[in-house]
Amino acid sequence: MVNYSELYSERVKIVKPSGIRKFFDIVATMDGAISLGVGEPDFETPWQIRRAGITSLEKGKTFYTSNWGLAELRAEIANKIEQKHGLSYDPDKEILVTVGGSEAIDNTIRAFVSVGDEVLIPEPSFVCYTPLTIMAGGTPVTVPTVAEDEFKLTPERLRAAITPKTKLLVLPFPNNPTGAIMNRKELEAIAEVIRDTNILVLSDEIYCDLTYEGEHVCFAEIDGMRERTIVVGGFSKSYAMTGWRLGWAMGPREMMAPVCKIHQFGIMSAPTTAQFAGIEAIRSGDADVNRMRTQYDMRRRYLVEELRNMGLDCFEPMGAFYVFPSIKDTKMTSEEFCNRLLEEQKVAVVPGNAFGESGEGHVRISYSYSMAHLKEAMRRMRAFLESIKN
Amino acid sequence: MKYKEKILAMLDQDGRMTAAQIARMLGATEQEIQQEIETLENENVILGYKAVIDWDKTSDETVTAQIEVRITPQKGMGFDEIARQICSYPQVQSAYLMSGGFDLTIIITGHTMREISQFVSENLAPMESVVSTATHFIMKKYKDQGVVYDPSTQDTREVMITW
Repeated sequence: MVNYSELYSERVKIVKPSGIRKFFDIVATMDGAISLGVGEPDFETPWQIRRAGITSLEKGKTFYTSNWGLAELRAEIANKIEQKHGLSYDPDKEILVTVGGSEAIDNTIRAFVSVGDEVLIPEPSFVCYTPLTIMAGGTPVTVPTVAEDEFKLTPERLRAAITPKTKLLVLPFPNNPTGAIMNRKELEAIAEVIRDTNILVLSDEIYCDLTYEGEHVCFAEIDGMRERTIVVGGFSKSYAMTGWRLGWAMGPREMMAPVCKIHQFGIMSAPTTAQFAGIEAIRSGDADVNRMRTQYDMRRRYLVEELRNMGLDCFEPMGAFYVFPSIKDTKMTSEEFCNRLLEEQKVAVVPGNAFGESGEGHVRISYSYSMAHLKEAMRRMRAFLESIKN
Repeated sequence: MKYKEKILAMLDQDGRMTAAQIARMLGATEQEIQQEIETLENENVILGYKAVIDWDKTSDETVTAQIEVRITPQKGMGFDEIARQICSYPQVQSAYLMSGGFDLTIIITGHTMREISQFVSENLAPMESVVSTATHFIMKKYKDQGVVYDPSTQDTREVMITW
Protein backbone atom coordinates (compact mmCIF):
# COMPACT_ATOMS: atom_id res chain seq x y z
CA MET A 1 0.00 0.00 0.00
CA VAL A 2 1.30 3.39 -0.92
CA ASN A 3 1.00 5.90 1.86
CA TYR A 4 0.36 8.87 -0.35
CA SER A 5 0.20 11.55 2.31
CA GLU A 6 3.79 10.76 3.28
CA LEU A 7 4.82 11.26 -0.29
CA TYR A 8 3.37 14.74 -0.71
CA SER A 9 6.05 17.38 -1.01
CA GLU A 10 6.83 19.32 2.14
CA ARG A 11 5.64 22.56 0.59
CA VAL A 12 2.31 21.13 -0.42
CA LYS A 13 1.87 19.70 3.06
CA ILE A 14 2.36 23.08 4.71
CA VAL A 15 -0.69 24.44 2.92
CA LYS A 16 -3.50 23.34 5.18
CA PRO A 17 -6.98 22.55 3.95
CA SER A 18 -9.68 25.05 4.84
CA GLY A 19 -13.26 24.28 5.79
CA ILE A 20 -14.77 26.34 3.00
CA ARG A 21 -15.00 23.51 0.53
CA LYS A 22 -16.99 21.40 2.97
CA PHE A 23 -19.25 24.33 3.81
CA PHE A 24 -20.16 24.94 0.18
CA ASP A 25 -20.54 21.24 -0.50
CA ILE A 26 -23.31 21.33 2.07
CA VAL A 27 -24.83 24.37 0.37
CA ALA A 28 -24.89 22.55 -2.95
CA THR A 29 -26.94 19.68 -1.57
CA MET A 30 -29.27 21.73 0.63
CA ASP A 31 -32.72 22.16 -0.82
CA GLY A 32 -33.71 25.80 -1.16
CA ALA A 33 -30.35 27.16 -0.06
CA ILE A 34 -29.20 30.32 -1.78
CA SER A 35 -25.59 31.26 -2.10
CA LEU A 36 -23.89 34.62 -2.07
CA GLY A 37 -20.53 32.93 -2.24
CA VAL A 38 -19.57 33.02 -5.86
CA GLY A 39 -16.68 35.24 -6.88
CA GLU A 40 -17.25 35.57 -10.59
CA PRO A 41 -19.60 37.66 -12.75
CA ASP A 42 -23.16 36.42 -13.18
CA PHE A 43 -23.17 37.78 -16.72
CA GLU A 44 -22.34 35.59 -19.67
CA THR A 45 -19.45 36.73 -21.85
CA PRO A 46 -20.85 39.34 -24.27
CA TRP A 47 -21.94 37.68 -27.50
CA GLN A 48 -19.56 39.35 -29.93
CA ILE A 49 -16.64 38.16 -27.80
CA ARG A 50 -17.92 34.59 -27.77
CA ARG A 51 -18.50 34.88 -31.51
CA ALA A 52 -14.85 35.88 -32.04
CA GLY A 53 -13.76 32.73 -30.20
CA ILE A 54 -16.11 30.60 -32.30
CA THR A 55 -14.95 32.22 -35.52
CA SER A 56 -11.33 31.49 -34.65
CA LEU A 57 -12.25 27.82 -34.24
CA GLU A 58 -14.12 27.81 -37.54
CA LYS A 59 -11.04 29.22 -39.20
CA GLY A 60 -8.94 26.44 -37.74
CA LYS A 61 -6.99 28.59 -35.29
CA THR A 62 -6.29 25.60 -33.09
CA PHE A 63 -2.53 25.82 -32.63
CA TYR A 64 -0.21 27.13 -29.92
CA THR A 65 0.53 30.81 -30.11
CA SER A 66 3.87 32.43 -29.36
CA ASN A 67 4.87 31.93 -25.71
CA TRP A 68 4.14 35.58 -25.09
CA GLY A 69 0.68 35.31 -26.65
CA LEU A 70 -0.76 36.55 -29.97
CA ALA A 71 1.03 39.71 -31.08
CA GLU A 72 -2.32 41.27 -31.97
CA LEU A 73 -3.66 40.67 -28.49
CA ARG A 74 -0.56 42.06 -26.80
CA ALA A 75 -0.82 45.14 -28.99
CA GLU A 76 -4.44 45.61 -27.90
CA ILE A 77 -3.49 45.21 -24.23
CA ALA A 78 -0.69 47.74 -24.66
CA ASN A 79 -3.16 50.18 -26.28
CA LYS A 80 -5.70 49.76 -23.55
CA ILE A 81 -3.11 50.39 -20.84
CA GLU A 82 -1.70 53.39 -22.69
CA GLN A 83 -5.16 54.92 -23.08
CA LYS A 84 -6.32 54.27 -19.55
CA HIS A 85 -3.16 54.90 -17.60
CA GLY A 86 -0.80 56.73 -19.94
CA LEU A 87 1.70 53.91 -19.45
CA SER A 88 3.71 52.54 -22.30
CA TYR A 89 4.64 48.86 -22.35
CA ASP A 90 6.44 47.16 -25.20
CA PRO A 91 4.05 44.46 -26.42
CA ASP A 92 7.02 42.35 -27.53
CA LYS A 93 8.91 41.96 -24.28
CA GLU A 94 6.87 43.55 -21.54
CA ILE A 95 3.43 41.97 -21.81
CA LEU A 96 2.87 38.26 -21.25
CA VAL A 97 -0.52 36.68 -21.92
CA THR A 98 -1.28 34.16 -19.18
CA VAL A 99 -3.85 31.56 -18.15
CA GLY A 100 -5.92 33.98 -16.11
CA GLY A 101 -4.55 36.42 -13.58
CA SER A 102 -3.78 33.44 -11.34
CA GLU A 103 -0.99 32.16 -13.53
CA ALA A 104 0.49 35.64 -13.72
CA ILE A 105 0.51 35.81 -9.91
CA ASP A 106 2.04 32.35 -9.54
CA ASN A 107 4.76 32.98 -12.11
CA THR A 108 5.65 36.36 -10.67
CA ILE A 109 6.06 34.95 -7.19
CA ARG A 110 8.10 32.04 -8.46
CA ALA A 111 10.26 34.27 -10.63
CA PHE A 112 11.45 36.40 -7.74
CA VAL A 113 10.96 34.56 -4.47
CA SER A 114 13.74 32.29 -3.21
CA VAL A 115 13.76 30.17 -0.07
CA GLY A 116 13.70 32.50 2.92
CA ASP A 117 12.47 35.55 1.00
CA GLU A 118 9.54 37.31 2.60
CA VAL A 119 6.43 38.29 0.66
CA LEU A 120 4.23 40.98 2.16
CA ILE A 121 0.58 40.14 1.73
CA PRO A 122 -2.08 42.62 2.85
CA GLU A 123 -5.04 40.77 4.33
CA PRO A 124 -7.94 40.18 4.05
CA SER A 125 -7.24 39.32 0.44
CA PHE A 126 -7.74 36.71 -2.23
CA VAL A 127 -6.68 33.31 -0.98
CA CYS A 128 -3.93 32.45 -3.46
CA TYR A 129 -1.00 34.65 -2.45
CA THR A 130 -0.06 32.81 0.73
CA PRO A 131 -0.17 29.23 -0.63
CA LEU A 132 1.65 30.25 -3.81
CA THR A 133 4.35 31.95 -1.76
CA ILE A 134 4.74 28.84 0.39
CA MET A 135 4.92 26.59 -2.63
CA ALA A 136 7.61 28.84 -4.08
CA GLY A 137 9.60 28.34 -0.89
CA GLY A 138 9.06 31.88 0.34
CA THR A 139 7.75 33.13 3.64
CA PRO A 140 4.39 34.86 3.59
CA VAL A 141 4.16 37.86 5.91
CA THR A 142 0.66 39.16 6.31
CA VAL A 143 -0.01 42.85 6.70
CA PRO A 144 -3.44 43.39 8.22
CA THR A 145 -5.83 46.00 6.85
CA VAL A 146 -8.78 47.11 8.93
CA ALA A 147 -12.20 48.66 8.47
CA GLU A 148 -11.09 51.82 10.33
CA ASP A 149 -8.59 52.43 7.50
CA GLU A 150 -11.24 51.49 4.90
CA PHE A 151 -9.23 48.28 4.43
CA LYS A 152 -6.46 50.19 2.72
CA LEU A 153 -2.79 49.35 3.16
CA THR A 154 -1.26 52.11 5.26
CA PRO A 155 2.39 53.18 5.02
CA GLU A 156 2.75 52.66 8.77
CA ARG A 157 1.67 49.04 8.66
CA LEU A 158 3.77 48.44 5.58
CA ARG A 159 6.87 49.96 7.15
CA ALA A 160 6.40 47.84 10.27
CA ALA A 161 6.32 44.65 8.20
CA ILE A 162 9.44 45.29 6.15
CA THR A 163 12.61 43.37 7.08
CA PRO A 164 15.91 42.88 5.27
CA LYS A 165 14.38 39.69 3.87
CA THR A 166 11.42 41.40 2.23
CA LYS A 167 11.49 40.63 -1.49
CA LEU A 168 8.01 41.29 -2.80
CA LEU A 169 4.97 43.34 -1.87
CA VAL A 170 1.56 42.21 -3.09
CA LEU A 171 -0.90 45.04 -3.74
CA PRO A 172 -4.35 43.48 -4.14
CA PHE A 173 -6.54 46.48 -5.03
CA PRO A 174 -9.43 46.78 -5.83
CA ASN A 175 -9.66 44.16 -3.15
CA ASN A 176 -11.42 40.85 -2.92
CA PRO A 177 -13.07 40.40 -0.35
CA THR A 178 -13.28 43.92 1.12
CA GLY A 179 -14.00 46.02 -1.97
CA ALA A 180 -11.35 48.50 -0.85
CA ILE A 181 -9.50 50.61 -3.40
CA MET A 182 -6.37 52.75 -3.16
CA ASN A 183 -6.36 56.23 -4.67
CA ARG A 184 -3.35 57.99 -6.12
CA LYS A 185 -2.36 59.74 -2.93
CA GLU A 186 -2.54 56.55 -0.91
CA LEU A 187 -0.50 54.68 -3.50
CA GLU A 188 2.07 57.46 -3.45
CA ALA A 189 2.43 57.01 0.29
CA ILE A 190 3.10 53.30 -0.26
CA ALA A 191 5.60 54.10 -2.99
CA GLU A 192 7.40 56.46 -0.64
CA VAL A 193 8.04 53.60 1.79
CA ILE A 194 9.61 51.28 -0.77
CA ARG A 195 11.26 53.81 -3.09
CA ASP A 196 14.77 53.47 -1.68
CA THR A 197 14.59 49.72 -1.19
CA ASN A 198 14.94 46.74 -3.52
CA ILE A 199 11.42 45.58 -2.78
CA LEU A 200 9.47 44.51 -5.86
CA VAL A 201 5.73 44.85 -6.26
CA LEU A 202 3.09 42.51 -7.59
CA SER A 203 0.06 44.70 -8.21
CA ASP A 204 -2.97 42.50 -8.75
CA GLU A 205 -5.38 44.79 -10.58
CA ILE A 206 -7.74 42.15 -11.92
CA TYR A 207 -10.76 44.18 -10.69
CA CYS A 208 -9.50 47.51 -12.08
CA ASP A 209 -12.51 48.01 -14.38
CA LEU A 210 -14.90 47.50 -11.48
CA THR A 211 -14.17 50.71 -9.61
CA TYR A 212 -17.21 52.73 -8.62
CA GLU A 213 -15.79 55.97 -7.31
CA GLY A 214 -13.14 57.81 -9.29
CA GLU A 215 -10.76 56.26 -11.81
CA HIS A 216 -8.62 53.27 -11.02
CA VAL A 217 -4.95 54.21 -10.65
CA CYS A 218 -2.41 51.64 -11.82
CA PHE A 219 0.45 51.33 -9.34
CA ALA A 220 2.98 51.61 -12.18
CA GLU A 221 1.74 55.16 -12.77
CA ILE A 222 3.28 56.24 -9.49
CA ASP A 223 6.65 57.89 -9.89
CA GLY A 224 9.48 55.36 -9.86
CA MET A 225 7.22 52.33 -9.47
CA ARG A 226 7.03 51.07 -13.04
CA GLU A 227 10.61 49.80 -12.86
CA ARG A 228 9.85 47.50 -9.93
CA THR A 229 6.26 46.47 -10.52
CA ILE A 230 4.56 43.62 -12.27
CA VAL A 231 0.95 44.52 -12.93
CA VAL A 232 -1.47 41.63 -13.19
CA GLY A 233 -4.59 42.20 -15.26
CA GLY A 234 -7.11 40.06 -17.01
CA PHE A 235 -10.36 39.53 -18.82
CA SER A 236 -12.24 37.48 -16.23
CA LYS A 237 -13.84 40.19 -14.13
CA SER A 238 -13.95 43.07 -16.62
CA TYR A 239 -15.50 41.20 -19.53
CA ALA A 240 -17.17 38.33 -17.63
CA MET A 241 -14.73 35.82 -19.12
CA THR A 242 -13.70 33.74 -16.12
CA GLY A 243 -14.01 30.38 -17.84
CA TRP A 244 -11.85 31.43 -20.77
CA ARG A 245 -8.82 31.64 -18.46
CA LEU A 246 -7.13 34.69 -19.89
CA GLY A 247 -5.01 37.29 -18.17
CA TRP A 248 -1.72 39.05 -18.43
CA ALA A 249 1.39 40.12 -16.57
CA MET A 250 3.02 43.38 -17.51
CA GLY A 251 6.28 44.87 -16.32
CA PRO A 252 9.72 46.09 -17.30
CA ARG A 253 11.51 43.80 -19.72
CA GLU A 254 14.06 42.64 -17.15
CA MET A 255 11.31 41.54 -14.79
CA MET A 256 9.20 39.91 -17.48
CA ALA A 257 11.99 37.69 -18.83
CA PRO A 258 12.00 35.29 -15.83
CA VAL A 259 8.20 35.37 -15.61
CA CYS A 260 7.98 34.31 -19.24
CA LYS A 261 10.63 31.66 -18.67
CA ILE A 262 8.41 29.89 -16.15
CA HIS A 263 5.39 30.36 -18.40
CA GLN A 264 7.04 28.83 -21.44
CA PHE A 265 8.02 25.65 -19.62
CA GLY A 266 4.90 25.27 -17.53
CA ILE A 267 2.17 26.50 -19.87
CA MET A 268 3.65 27.17 -23.34
CA SER A 269 0.88 29.55 -24.32
CA ALA A 270 -2.51 30.67 -23.08
CA PRO A 271 -5.55 29.06 -24.77
CA THR A 272 -5.65 30.19 -28.38
CA THR A 273 -9.43 30.45 -28.64
CA ALA A 274 -9.51 32.64 -25.57
CA GLN A 275 -6.81 34.88 -27.00
CA PHE A 276 -8.84 35.53 -30.14
CA ALA A 277 -11.86 36.30 -28.01
CA GLY A 278 -9.70 38.61 -25.90
CA ILE A 279 -8.77 40.72 -28.93
CA GLU A 280 -12.47 41.30 -29.61
CA ALA A 281 -13.10 42.03 -25.94
CA ILE A 282 -10.65 44.91 -25.86
CA ARG A 283 -11.75 46.23 -29.25
CA SER A 284 -15.48 46.27 -28.68
CA GLY A 285 -16.14 45.42 -25.05
CA ASP A 286 -16.15 48.88 -23.44
CA ALA A 287 -19.91 49.31 -23.65
CA ASP A 288 -20.39 45.89 -22.09
CA VAL A 289 -17.99 46.69 -19.28
CA ASN A 290 -19.94 49.88 -18.57
CA ARG A 291 -23.27 48.08 -18.66
CA MET A 292 -22.12 45.44 -16.19
CA ARG A 293 -20.41 47.97 -13.95
CA THR A 294 -23.65 49.98 -13.77
CA GLN A 295 -25.50 46.86 -12.70
CA TYR A 296 -22.91 45.96 -10.07
CA ASP A 297 -22.95 49.51 -8.79
CA MET A 298 -26.71 49.49 -8.25
CA ARG A 299 -26.54 46.17 -6.45
CA ARG A 300 -23.65 47.43 -4.34
CA ARG A 301 -25.63 50.46 -3.17
CA TYR A 302 -28.66 48.30 -2.50
CA LEU A 303 -26.72 45.80 -0.38
CA VAL A 304 -24.83 48.38 1.65
CA GLU A 305 -28.09 50.16 2.49
CA GLU A 306 -29.89 46.93 3.29
CA LEU A 307 -27.12 45.63 5.52
CA ARG A 308 -26.82 48.93 7.34
CA ASN A 309 -30.59 49.01 7.82
CA MET A 310 -30.35 45.58 9.40
CA GLY A 311 -27.96 47.08 11.90
CA LEU A 312 -24.73 45.69 10.52
CA ASP A 313 -21.68 47.88 10.41
CA CYS A 314 -20.84 47.94 6.73
CA PHE A 315 -17.83 49.55 5.13
CA GLU A 316 -18.76 51.00 1.74
CA PRO A 317 -16.88 49.00 -0.88
CA MET A 318 -15.57 51.03 -3.83
CA GLY A 319 -14.45 48.25 -6.13
CA ALA A 320 -14.83 44.59 -7.15
CA PHE A 321 -18.22 42.97 -6.42
CA TYR A 322 -18.22 42.18 -2.73
CA VAL A 323 -19.44 43.76 0.46
CA PHE A 324 -17.69 42.85 3.66
CA PRO A 325 -19.92 43.77 6.60
CA SER A 326 -18.83 43.38 10.19
CA ILE A 327 -20.81 40.86 12.21
CA LYS A 328 -18.97 41.57 15.45
CA ASP A 329 -22.10 42.98 17.11
CA THR A 330 -23.70 39.55 16.94
CA LYS A 331 -20.95 38.26 19.25
CA MET A 332 -20.45 35.35 16.89
CA THR A 333 -17.30 34.36 15.07
CA SER A 334 -17.45 34.56 11.30
CA GLU A 335 -17.78 30.82 11.00
CA GLU A 336 -20.49 30.56 13.63
CA PHE A 337 -22.40 33.30 11.88
CA CYS A 338 -22.10 31.61 8.50
CA ASN A 339 -23.04 28.19 9.84
CA ARG A 340 -26.10 29.49 11.65
CA LEU A 341 -27.20 31.68 8.76
CA LEU A 342 -27.05 28.62 6.54
CA GLU A 343 -28.82 26.34 8.99
CA GLU A 344 -31.55 28.77 9.97
CA GLN A 345 -32.21 30.75 6.81
CA LYS A 346 -30.40 28.75 4.15
CA VAL A 347 -28.22 31.59 2.97
CA ALA A 348 -24.55 30.92 2.32
CA VAL A 349 -21.99 33.68 2.69
CA VAL A 350 -18.25 33.28 3.13
CA PRO A 351 -16.67 33.74 6.57
CA GLY A 352 -14.22 36.64 6.51
CA ASN A 353 -11.42 34.63 8.12
CA ALA A 354 -11.21 32.57 4.91
CA PHE A 355 -9.32 35.59 3.57
CA GLY A 356 -6.88 35.83 6.46
CA GLU A 357 -7.11 36.28 10.19
CA SER A 358 -7.81 39.99 9.92
CA GLY A 359 -11.03 39.09 8.12
CA GLU A 360 -12.40 37.57 11.32
CA GLY A 361 -15.58 39.30 12.45
CA HIS A 362 -16.68 39.89 8.86
CA VAL A 363 -18.44 37.97 6.14
CA ARG A 364 -18.06 38.30 2.41
CA ILE A 365 -21.20 38.81 0.38
CA SER A 366 -20.88 38.69 -3.36
CA TYR A 367 -23.22 40.77 -5.50
CA SER A 368 -22.56 38.95 -8.72
CA TYR A 369 -26.17 37.81 -8.53
CA SER A 370 -29.47 39.07 -9.93
CA MET A 371 -31.43 41.63 -7.94
CA ALA A 372 -34.19 39.09 -7.36
CA HIS A 373 -31.65 36.72 -5.82
CA LEU A 374 -30.12 39.46 -3.69
CA LYS A 375 -33.52 40.67 -2.48
CA GLU A 376 -34.50 37.21 -1.32
CA ALA A 377 -31.13 36.72 0.36
CA MET A 378 -31.47 40.06 2.18
CA ARG A 379 -34.98 39.18 3.30
CA ARG A 380 -33.68 35.98 4.85
CA MET A 381 -30.67 37.63 6.37
CA ARG A 382 -32.85 40.24 8.02
CA ALA A 383 -35.03 37.50 9.46
CA PHE A 384 -31.93 35.78 10.78
CA LEU A 385 -30.59 38.91 12.45
CA GLU A 386 -33.97 39.64 14.01
CA SER A 387 -34.25 36.10 15.33
CA ILE A 388 -30.87 36.22 17.06
CA LYS A 389 -31.68 39.57 18.66
CA ASN A 390 -34.57 38.00 20.51
CA MET B 1 -35.32 64.88 -14.14
CA LYS B 2 -31.98 63.65 -12.96
CA TYR B 3 -32.69 59.94 -12.83
CA LYS B 4 -35.21 59.56 -15.65
CA GLU B 5 -33.29 57.14 -17.90
CA LYS B 6 -32.16 54.99 -15.02
CA ILE B 7 -35.59 54.79 -13.41
CA LEU B 8 -37.14 53.80 -16.74
CA ALA B 9 -34.49 51.15 -17.36
CA MET B 10 -35.02 49.70 -13.90
CA LEU B 11 -38.81 49.67 -14.07
CA ASP B 12 -38.61 48.20 -17.56
CA GLN B 13 -36.73 45.29 -15.98
CA ASP B 14 -38.90 44.99 -12.90
CA GLY B 15 -42.08 46.99 -12.68
CA ARG B 16 -42.57 46.13 -9.03
CA MET B 17 -39.46 47.86 -7.86
CA THR B 18 -40.38 50.40 -5.23
CA ALA B 19 -39.24 54.00 -5.15
CA ALA B 20 -37.31 53.19 -1.97
CA GLN B 21 -35.40 50.39 -3.66
CA ILE B 22 -34.62 52.45 -6.73
CA ALA B 23 -33.50 55.31 -4.52
CA ARG B 24 -31.11 53.03 -2.68
CA MET B 25 -29.65 51.64 -5.85
CA LEU B 26 -29.10 55.07 -7.36
CA GLY B 27 -27.96 56.82 -4.22
CA ALA B 28 -30.96 59.19 -4.31
CA THR B 29 -33.68 59.93 -1.77
CA GLU B 30 -36.94 58.05 -1.89
CA GLN B 31 -38.84 61.30 -2.28
CA GLU B 32 -36.81 62.35 -5.32
CA ILE B 33 -37.50 59.04 -7.03
CA GLN B 34 -41.17 59.04 -6.04
CA GLN B 35 -41.59 62.48 -7.57
CA GLU B 36 -39.87 61.53 -10.80
CA ILE B 37 -41.96 58.39 -11.15
CA GLU B 38 -45.14 60.38 -10.61
CA THR B 39 -44.10 62.91 -13.23
CA LEU B 40 -43.32 60.10 -15.67
CA GLU B 41 -46.74 58.61 -15.02
CA ASN B 42 -48.51 61.95 -15.39
CA GLU B 43 -46.72 62.63 -18.65
CA ASN B 44 -47.78 59.19 -19.91
CA VAL B 45 -44.16 58.14 -20.31
CA ILE B 46 -44.94 55.28 -17.97
CA LEU B 47 -48.28 53.99 -19.22
CA GLY B 48 -48.82 51.08 -16.89
CA TYR B 49 -47.36 48.12 -15.01
CA LYS B 50 -48.09 44.51 -15.88
CA ALA B 51 -47.02 41.01 -14.99
CA VAL B 52 -45.48 38.79 -17.66
CA ILE B 53 -47.48 35.58 -17.42
CA ASP B 54 -46.93 32.20 -18.97
CA TRP B 55 -50.60 31.33 -19.51
CA ASP B 56 -49.68 27.84 -20.65
CA LYS B 57 -48.86 27.07 -17.04
CA THR B 58 -52.40 27.93 -15.97
CA SER B 59 -55.71 26.23 -16.61
CA ASP B 60 -56.74 29.29 -18.54
CA GLU B 61 -56.60 28.30 -22.23
CA THR B 62 -55.33 31.18 -24.31
CA VAL B 63 -54.70 31.45 -28.00
CA THR B 64 -52.67 34.26 -29.47
CA ALA B 65 -52.57 35.30 -33.09
CA GLN B 66 -50.75 37.87 -35.11
CA ILE B 67 -52.84 39.44 -37.84
CA GLU B 68 -51.41 41.33 -40.75
CA VAL B 69 -53.87 43.90 -41.99
CA ARG B 70 -53.86 45.87 -45.24
CA ILE B 71 -55.77 49.08 -45.24
CA THR B 72 -56.98 51.67 -47.69
CA PRO B 73 -57.36 54.89 -45.79
CA GLN B 74 -60.73 56.48 -46.41
CA LYS B 75 -61.47 60.15 -46.68
CA GLY B 76 -61.29 61.67 -43.23
CA MET B 77 -60.09 58.40 -41.83
CA GLY B 78 -56.30 57.91 -41.77
CA PHE B 79 -54.32 55.04 -40.30
CA ASP B 80 -54.51 56.49 -36.81
CA GLU B 81 -58.28 56.62 -36.82
CA ILE B 82 -58.62 53.04 -38.07
CA ALA B 83 -56.03 51.80 -35.62
CA ARG B 84 -57.85 53.48 -32.78
CA GLN B 85 -61.07 51.75 -33.80
CA ILE B 86 -59.35 48.39 -33.85
CA CYS B 87 -57.69 49.06 -30.49
CA SER B 88 -61.05 49.62 -28.88
CA TYR B 89 -61.67 45.87 -28.94
CA PRO B 90 -60.45 44.50 -25.60
CA GLN B 91 -59.12 41.29 -27.15
CA VAL B 92 -56.60 43.33 -29.15
CA GLN B 93 -53.39 43.24 -27.14
CA SER B 94 -51.13 45.20 -29.44
CA ALA B 95 -51.46 47.15 -32.65
CA TYR B 96 -48.56 48.52 -34.65
CA LEU B 97 -48.31 50.54 -37.85
CA MET B 98 -45.84 48.75 -40.10
CA SER B 99 -43.53 49.50 -42.98
CA GLY B 100 -43.42 47.00 -45.85
CA GLY B 101 -45.99 44.71 -47.38
CA PHE B 102 -48.91 45.43 -45.08
CA ASP B 103 -50.05 48.24 -42.83
CA LEU B 104 -51.00 47.06 -39.37
CA THR B 105 -49.87 44.22 -37.17
CA ILE B 106 -52.43 43.25 -34.59
CA ILE B 107 -51.79 40.87 -31.73
CA ILE B 108 -54.96 39.35 -30.43
CA THR B 109 -55.76 36.82 -27.74
CA GLY B 110 -58.80 34.64 -27.24
CA HIS B 111 -59.80 31.41 -25.57
CA THR B 112 -60.10 29.40 -28.76
CA MET B 113 -59.05 29.63 -32.38
CA ARG B 114 -62.69 29.87 -33.23
CA GLU B 115 -63.06 32.96 -31.13
CA ILE B 116 -60.22 34.60 -32.96
CA SER B 117 -61.47 33.66 -36.41
CA GLN B 118 -64.82 35.02 -35.44
CA PHE B 119 -63.25 38.32 -34.49
CA VAL B 120 -61.47 38.48 -37.83
CA SER B 121 -64.47 37.56 -39.90
CA GLU B 122 -67.09 39.49 -37.99
CA ASN B 123 -65.27 42.52 -36.66
CA LEU B 124 -62.05 43.15 -38.50
CA ALA B 125 -62.53 42.06 -42.10
CA PRO B 126 -65.88 43.85 -42.60
CA MET B 127 -64.38 47.23 -41.69
CA GLU B 128 -64.68 49.46 -44.70
CA SER B 129 -61.01 50.41 -44.92
CA VAL B 130 -59.67 46.90 -44.38
CA VAL B 131 -58.58 45.42 -47.68
CA SER B 132 -57.25 42.10 -46.47
CA THR B 133 -56.14 40.20 -43.40
CA ALA B 134 -53.71 37.32 -42.82
CA THR B 135 -53.93 35.55 -39.50
CA HIS B 136 -50.99 33.65 -37.99
CA PHE B 137 -51.52 31.67 -34.81
CA ILE B 138 -48.69 31.70 -32.32
CA MET B 139 -47.71 28.16 -31.45
CA LYS B 140 -45.23 28.66 -28.66
CA LYS B 141 -43.68 31.60 -26.87
CA TYR B 142 -39.98 31.55 -26.12
CA LYS B 143 -39.54 35.14 -25.06
CA ASP B 144 -41.99 37.98 -24.53
CA GLN B 145 -41.38 41.59 -23.54
CA GLY B 146 -37.75 40.77 -22.88
CA VAL B 147 -38.59 37.90 -20.58
CA VAL B 148 -37.46 34.37 -21.45
CA TYR B 149 -40.06 31.64 -20.93
CA ASP B 150 -38.86 28.59 -19.01
CA PRO B 151 -35.52 30.10 -18.10
CA SER B 152 -32.92 27.67 -16.88
CA THR B 153 -32.28 29.12 -13.45
CA GLN B 154 -29.58 26.68 -12.47
CA ASP B 155 -26.54 28.58 -11.26
CA THR B 156 -23.63 26.32 -12.08
CA ARG B 157 -20.92 28.64 -10.85
CA GLU B 158 -18.54 27.25 -8.25
CA VAL B 159 -17.20 28.88 -5.15
CA MET B 160 -13.51 28.97 -5.89
CA ILE B 161 -12.09 29.81 -2.49
CA THR B 162 -11.14 26.32 -1.47
CA TRP B 163 -8.06 24.48 -0.58
